[in-house]
Amino acid sequence: MKALYSLFLVFALAAIALVGAGALGMEKAFGLYIPFLAVAVFVVGFCLRVVDWGKSAVPFCIPTTCGQQESLPWIKQSTIENPSTTGGVVMRMLFEVLLFRSLFRNTKVDLHEGTKVTYGSSKWLWLGALAFHYSFLTIVLRHMRFFTEPVPGLIAGIESMDAMLQIGAPTLYLTDLVFVIAVTYLFLRRVVVPQIRYISLVQDYFPLFLILGIAFTGIFMRYFAKVDIIAVKQLAMGLVTFSWNVPEGIGVLFYIHMFLVSVLLAYFPLSKLMHMGGVFLSPTRNMNCASRKFRHVNPWKFENVHYHTYEEYEDEFREKMVEKDLPVDKPLAEGAE
Amino acid sequence: MSDLPRPEELFASIDYTPPKADWMDVPAVIKPGRYCYAANPESVKYVGLPNAHKWNPLDDDWGLPENWQEIIFNGLRERLHKFRSFKIFMDICVRCGACADKCHFFIGSGDPKNMPVLRAELLRSVYRGEFTTFGKILGRFVGGRKLTAEVLKEWWYYFFQCSECRRCSVFCPYGIDTAEVTMIGRELLNLLGLNIDWIATPVANCYRTGNHLGIQPHALFDMIDFFCDDIEDITGIRPEPNFNQKGADILFITPSGDVFADPGTYTCMGYLMLFEYLKREYGLSVTWSTYASEGGNFGFFTSHETMKRLNSKMYMEADRLGVKWILGGECGHMWRVIHQYMDTLNGPDFQSSRMETPVNPITGTVFKNAASTKMVHIAEFTADLIKHGKLNLNKKRNANVHLTWHDSCNPARGMGLLDEPRFVAKSVVEKFTDMPEGTIREQTFCCGGGAGLNAGENDELRMMGGLPRANAVKYVHEKYGVNMLGCVCAIDRAVLPNSMAYWVPEVSVCGLHELVANALVFPGEKERETDLRGEDLPGEDE
Repeated sequence: MKALYSLFLVFALAAIALVGAGALGMEKAFGLYIPFLAVAVFVVGFCLRVVDWGKSAVPFCIPTTCGQQESLPWIKQSTIENPSTTGGVVMRMLFEVLLFRSLFRNTKVDLHEGTKVTYGSSKWLWLGALAFHYSFLTIVLRHMRFFTEPVPGLIAGIESMDAMLQIGAPTLYLTDLVFVIAVTYLFLRRVVVPQIRYISLVQDYFPLFLILGIAFTGIFMRYFAKVDIIAVKQLAMGLVTFSWNVPEGIGVLFYIHMFLVSVLLAYFPLSKLMHMGGVFLSPTRNMNCASRKFRHVNPWKFENVHYHTYEEYEDEFREKMVEKDLPVDKPLAEGAE
Repeated sequence: MSDLPRPEELFASIDYTPPKADWMDVPAVIKPGRYCYAANPESVKYVGLPNAHKWNPLDDDWGLPENWQEIIFNGLRERLHKFRSFKIFMDICVRCGACADKCHFFIGSGDPKNMPVLRAELLRSVYRGEFTTFGKILGRFVGGRKLTAEVLKEWWYYFFQCSECRRCSVFCPYGIDTAEVTMIGRELLNLLGLNIDWIATPVANCYRTGNHLGIQPHALFDMIDFFCDDIEDITGIRPEPNFNQKGADILFITPSGDVFADPGTYTCMGYLMLFEYLKREYGLSVTWSTYASEGGNFGFFTSHETMKRLNSKMYMEADRLGVKWILGGECGHMWRVIHQYMDTLNGPDFQSSRMETPVNPITGTVFKNAASTKMVHIAEFTADLIKHGKLNLNKKRNANVHLTWHDSCNPARGMGLLDEPRFVAKSVVEKFTDMPEGTIREQTFCCGGGAGLNAGENDELRMMGGLPRANAVKYVHEKYGVNMLGCVCAIDRAVLPNSMAYWVPEVSVCGLHELVANALVFPGEKERETDLRGEDLPGEDE
């Protein structure tokens, strides 16, 4: 049901663009104003969210240690999984952000006859997530050719790498293929795996469909509809150079694509997609694990805390302590008053 | 354990298929065997925590104050601001499900609300529904809900089915730590006086008498004296431990559970023998304290502030006695508190300037890793002694032991104490076999009774939660003949014997220093006939 809602929502969004940019002829709104606004919402929203997180304190040093600590010199420390230096923490974060280290550990539990439990290696989620994020990144970088003139060598290089196989005309981008497969996998596991279906919310399906919608409109434009790429570039360049003009004859498909991208950008800061920023701030990963070596200072204080002092303790138990010859600070006569 | 089904029946009842209905429509039914009794109001009152009252989880009316929702909202708002961890964990979960089958309580029960992601969603849904713009407008459609009494009861039921072991956080791509969510959840529940008695009463005891079990100084002295009698019977050597001794070099603090019940008591005898040996051979000066007679910290399971109040005694006592540094015994969550919280919580307020970076006076080793906190784990200390050849050890006395090692969750995932105990263990036993990868080290399983859940009344929950650990033990027992499960945690030593008896009755449980003491040869000791448990030693030529 939640998946259907999300799918319907994405269709509704596409319909808005279809009607708006098509029938109503609001090309300027869908080609320029809305995308511009969406980028603004994305940038400002993203920053606000990160600043908001930054305003919350980090009172304690609570990294999850995932390997041997630094202790005796002859015991081999796991310098990345349990870092005790800033360099180690940076390495840990790089592994986490670039290679999804933690997801790589994933296992799957199974029950067997005779009260037996097993944990099998399960790398599909890791592979799917990695394929998804990296092909998405490549696609975004590739698209920069629309916004730059001349196109930087790096972006042109990425594009030609991506089209390496030289299949069809226009040549097939590998990432398009990988991307669609990865997003489809991420969607299917949400529907097929009972536990994942059980925990999934509308806002888990929605971005997947939205992204899939963006991918399909983009693919259709490139390989089938073959939109006027020169006109698209004119529009894109107009966007980044603030010279607002809409070339004729781009076709409504493009506006649907643009609108869905705009929705994704604007939705981003309000949603779980903020994990992109949050992963850098997660205290269980980005802190030095040598918390007995370096004192972490809590920026806020506990107020009006009551302690049970030794004096109070001895006053209550002095007699019993003296009876067992346990040393006391005040002699018995004084305390027995 | 009379109501408990047989292991095969319990196992057969595990079903990972979630119910048809959406989880928000499945009411939490509090089931005997899976919950702990409500806190005794006297205990709550003793430490001055709010809304101490008599209540019963099975009743409809939990005696909540009139403005309970306001109290929770204010508490939640305050904590979102005070804990970035909590705020980020509320915001960025993508529900990828990597954590879903990593929780021992889920593996052993199949209850979907024991999936870490869903446990956090119990709170996150309220955060969403009451604190975020989207959630306030769209409500249920975006997974938001209102805070009702039913929701509160669900929180209570499931936040006391989490042992804060952090295994899920190892697998989470963003490091979302359910322990953190549970801790905040329990802190909020404590604002309404909704603790469980197995936590609240130890907290009150610890505050008053210095230890969870409420052992008063004279009784502690007697109990340890009794161990000394036993040691003398077995070895001919009588330890003479010091208590509350000013001017000692080192203060030793261990969980009181080790003084109280088998097999922890054998570990405690192990400490006594080790210190006596080091005193006789090298003049080591160690003192025990009756005031700071608890290593563990059930305040940690109540609130950050309660943790601070109980923990403060360690530094206060170190200051009063004038010791150079503190040595800590074998305990799990104790070491998470010491490693990750103590210096921040109480270092600035109570750490004496007379304390020094810990140095092992016998080997000269400087424990640089404890330079700021000034507290060393006894496995680090003993490993250093053995490495320098300072202990005369006879492994043959442990020849009947085939050991496997349970990495206790907190020292593993909140510290990284993995190879020190293994080095010590392998130095004192002949046969050592690790359990399979994925069940040890940073991926180790909880015993099933951590974070204050080792009560008697929730035995079904404990056995379910104990399944993953027991299952791995069973594997090495059947394949390699392992007959002993070693650990460095007092809760483990209380929980695992029951869970072994239930799932793998052929395997016993011991602490690290029990094995050390069995192997330790004192100059001039009498020929030992038994180990510390009073069981016959294996024949020398076996």
